[in-house]
Amino acid sequence: MNLTGLTIGQARDQLRRKAITARELAEAYIKAMETARPLKAYLIETPDRAFAAAKQSDARLQKGGGLPLDGVPIAVKDLFCTEGVETAAASKILAGFVPPYESTVTANLWRNGALMLGKVNLDEFAMGSATITSARGPTENPWRRRGDNRPLVPGGSSGGSAAAVAARAALAATGTDTGGSIRQPASFCGIVGLKPTYGRCSRWGIVAFASSLDQAGPMTRDVRDAAIMLQAMAGHDPKDATSAPLPVPNFEAAVGQSIKGLRIGIPKEYRLDGMPTEIEALWQRGIEWVKAAGATTVDISLKMTKYALATYYIIAPAEASSNLARYDGVRFGLRVPGETLEALYENTRGQGFGAEVRRRVLIGTYVLSAGYYDAYYLKAQKVRALIARDFDDAFKSCDAMLTPTAPSAAFAIGEKMDDPIAMYLNDVFTVPVNLAGLPGISLPAGLSADGLPLGLQVIGKAFDEETVLRVAAVLEDSAKFDAVPAFVAGAA
Amino acid sequence: MPLDKATVARIAALARIKVPEAELAALAGELSKILTWVEQLDAVDVAGVEPMAAVTHARPPLREDKVTDGGIRDKILANAPETTDGFFVVPKVVE
Amino acid sequence: MSNLIKGHTGEWEVVIGLEVHAQVISKAKLFSGAATDFGAEPNTQVSTVDAAFPGMLPVLNRFCVEQAVKTGLGLDAQVNLHSVFDRKNYFYPDLPAGYQISQFSRPIVGKGKIVLDMPDGSAREIGITRLHLEQDAGKSLHDQHPSKTYVDLNRAGVALMEIVSEPDLRSAEEAGAYLRKLRAILRYLGTCDANMEEGNLRCDCNVSVRKPGGKLGTRCEIKNVNSIRFVMQAIEYEARRQIELIEEGGTVVQETRLFDSGKGVTRSMRSKEESHDYRYFPDPDLLPVTLDPAWLAKLKAELPELPDVKKARFMCDYGLSGSQASALVAEKETADAFEELQSKVSKAVSIPATATANTVINVVSFIAGERGVSPAQFISTNDVPGALILQQKNVISGRMLKEVLEGIADSKKSAEAFVAEKSLKQVTDTGAIETAIDAMLAKEPDKVADYRAGKEKLLAYFVGQVMKATQGKANPALVNELLKKKLAG
Repeated sequence: MNLTGLTIGQARDQLRRKAITARELAEAYIKAMETARPLKAYLIETPDRAFAAAKQSDARLQKGGGLPLDGVPIAVKDLFCTEGVETAAASKILAGFVPPYESTVTANLWRNGALMLGKVNLDEFAMGSATITSARGPTENPWRRRGDNRPLVPGGSSGGSAAAVAARAALAATGTDTGGSIRQPASFCGIVGLKPTYGRCSRWGIVAFASSLDQAGPMTRDVRDAAIMLQAMAGHDPKDATSAPLPVPNFEAAVGQSIKGLRIGIPKEYRLDGMPTEIEALWQRGIEWVKAAGATTVDISLKMTKYALATYYIIAPAEASSNLARYDGVRFGLRVPGETLEALYENTRGQGFGAEVRRRVLIGTYVLSAGYYDAYYLKAQKVRALIARDFDDAFKSCDAMLTPTAPSAAFAIGEKMDDPIAMYLNDVFTVPVNLAGLPGISLPAGLSADGLPLGLQVIGKAFDEETVLRVAAVLEDSAKFDAVPAFVAGAA
Repeated sequence: MPLDKATVARIAALARIKVPEAELAALAGELSKILTWVEQLDAVDVAGVEPMAAVTHARPPLREDKVTDGGIRDKILANAPETTDGFFVVPKVVE
Repeated sequence: MSNLIKGHTGEWEVVIGLEVHAQVISKAKLFSGAATDFGAEPNTQVSTVDAAFPGMLPVLNRFCVEQAVKTGLGLDAQVNLHSVFDRKNYFYPDLPAGYQISQFSRPIVGKGKIVLDMPDGSAREIGITRLHLEQDAGKSLHDQHPSKTYVDLNRAGVALMEIVSEPDLRSAEEAGAYLRKLRAILRYLGTCDANMEEGNLRCDCNVSVRKPGGKLGTRCEIKNVNSIRFVMQAIEYEARRQIELIEEGGTVVQETRLFDSGKGVTRSMRSKEESHDYRYFPDPDLLPVTLDPAWLAKLKAELPELPDVKKARFMCDYGLSGSQASALVAEKETADAFEELQSKVSKAVSIPATATANTVINVVSFIAGERGVSPAQFISTNDVPGALILQQKNVISGRMLKEVLEGIADSKKSAEAFVAEKSLKQVTDTGAIETAIDAMLAKEPDKVADYRAGKEKLLAYFVGQVMKATQGKANPALVNELLKKKLAG
């Protein structure tokens, strides 16, 4: 049996049937993790942990029991603090930091029986959309353009997570999404990526980038797997004051439900000038698919869409500039000595932060500073309220929305480098969803002309991940996306 | 809004990030570009709009007044570059 | 009495505003579950949240909110049903996150007032601008090593209430009275121990001077003064410093200063203080605080009786004078002890409350102070009611009371037992007193003659001699009466 070709849903089945063991599954993935080293997705490999957990899973499975994620090998984005395992957020400034605590989301996964293969790469402090700002170097997308050998970016910031899952070097991965960092890499790597409603998953123990935007979420082979993962990851955490005190519904039950009678909103402002025709075409196909499944489509207007990126690039850097003030060489991470305390701070942070992080911290500091707060930060928070209101209004006439995930397929490592803003435009379809705190999923729906995956995004109402999964599952069924990347670590 | 080198230097000092002199001009250029780009928001009319206070739509309970934490000095100090006798150590601050 | 200070060029008015940081009484910190006890080993009361580790998040302690609201109610202030926590961003080693969680534009409590009891009996109303909740910082020790600073984060994250007064104070005395009143209110409410020596109440003084009727002068802030006495000294010094400076043609520079209690002077802080840009913004890790009006009403109804109200009641119900009542209500425990004492004693014998009050204020306080305990503690551990009852029943004389109180404290006996043991019962037997008088007069024929010749002042001497002869036990009033009779012939 091709062990790394199974989804979580299928593996769960095989494990309970005792056709395979957790140990075998772990072995297959640990091997795949090794094979996938050229992609540079993994920063740290933890095979011992994986085997130890697999042993416990097998003990439970043997007795006829079993936890929801028993035997499932997972890659963890190196933004989640993992107890006893170095967590550096792909930054020099946090190199060597070994957390004495486990993030709530990963603790939830381990408590559900999952096992950790290792920590995977990301853009430094989750700031980026290509995983090229990582202090540990870029991760390669396992996909290549047809007839072109240039390595491509996996998207970001959860590029390592996406690449690992796409290359079958992990059965699933955790990601975080602040402006699109789960959905966009999922789109670039041909996998499923789900950003839940803000507050659905706890942020405790996740290295903070932008507190009002960050959300953890699953990155998986298919929509059912995303539901299974989210079930385990989600839940109220009293240690996070922004965590919603709501029960976790049965997400998996939504997968396979009919969407007959649902109204799917098509936001007209997402039709950008100069949008590549193949993306427009894919979107159109998505619209036909939902109609064929019995849903109706509704034209809706999200007037403030064009201001979303600017709003995001004021709010996110502002919050980040404050969240990153703790990296000062005093209690953990890098310390570059200085004669005085001020010199210590300046040297440590000057050498410890990469160029993109530095840019954003400085922008953030500026937009909060005296004389500029009203014009930038306060203004952006007001525009944000308008963006959220747009969604509220639109959701009166539809139950979910359908859009493309990204304005392009994956690009080559080295492209879009001269201009930070060109890089920011990658998030044009995803950012509004974070600003409004809503759930969004990307699923692979087609291929570009040169054979690269393209994703479609489904956006839902707050805490209505069930409808998002329901619609996504139907699209997945219709798309029948079965292309595989050029590089597959396990067998496909 | 274009930023000059002096402003960038001032912001960098506020943020305690040392920027080598040689990089200031280029950095000023990048930041100016980004700020000019985000200034698109000037066109938006926000009269009567309250800034978004909270993103989450639900209200969790507050914490009870109980001692549930602390007493973990070893863990608190374990990652520190320099400690002495249970203290964190930094270069002396002149007050 | 004028508060104005005489300078060379005329009279000056001092304008003072006080910012007090009061540590909230709570078991755990404002945003973490670490303990708040004083004096623990360094970094043993620190959670990873307090130390601002990656991924850590604050969660608000509901009891600290309650304490702040109670304090606001005690200051007769506007409680804001909707308030917000903001981040105040700056770098310092005892501020691990690089920001302090505080409240900037929407504090939990708004405008209020405190009424000062001035020594001349008048009342002065001082405005409160606001009260907000914020985190305390850790402690930086600069004197442990020649070139290093040691950092202890035990205090980092403890809840503080910052209480800001309007610049309504006009003298060091008023500042002292303000702090004493504020301290009393905080202790009555149980929201802060208000012990400046222990550091749970810290005061920053804003001082400026102006010619009466003129516009406000430039103010200087004197930070972290840690006793009421030093606050008053610092204000006195700073006011004069500014007056001298201006009169000599200089200008006051707006700056932060420290009070050197050893030398009794204020001096400028040496740090290169470009004015801080704190870049306040609402903390995105916390939701806005919304208070339930019903809960607020309940809290208000359950507030203990505060000093001003208690004072008025003491004056009305017990007939105490303003100064007696003020003295008793300064500490809630003393006021409670007085009421209990009065109640206990009145069950046995009729006693005017003013007498009980005087005993507590003048006699008990003194004796308790000598023994290093509070009047309330003294009253609760000794048979003070017993002693007062004996005095009211004339079993012991008024003069004996102090000796009896000291005696029962030392011997741990009841008043009755002690008086019996030491035979301190007042002698009221006229016969016995007359015998003593006769004996004494017999020894002083010359003085008797002088008295009869007109030196009436000698009566006091004779009374004293009789008291001596009877070891103070004779009833002084009777002695007086009988002596006069005898001397009259």
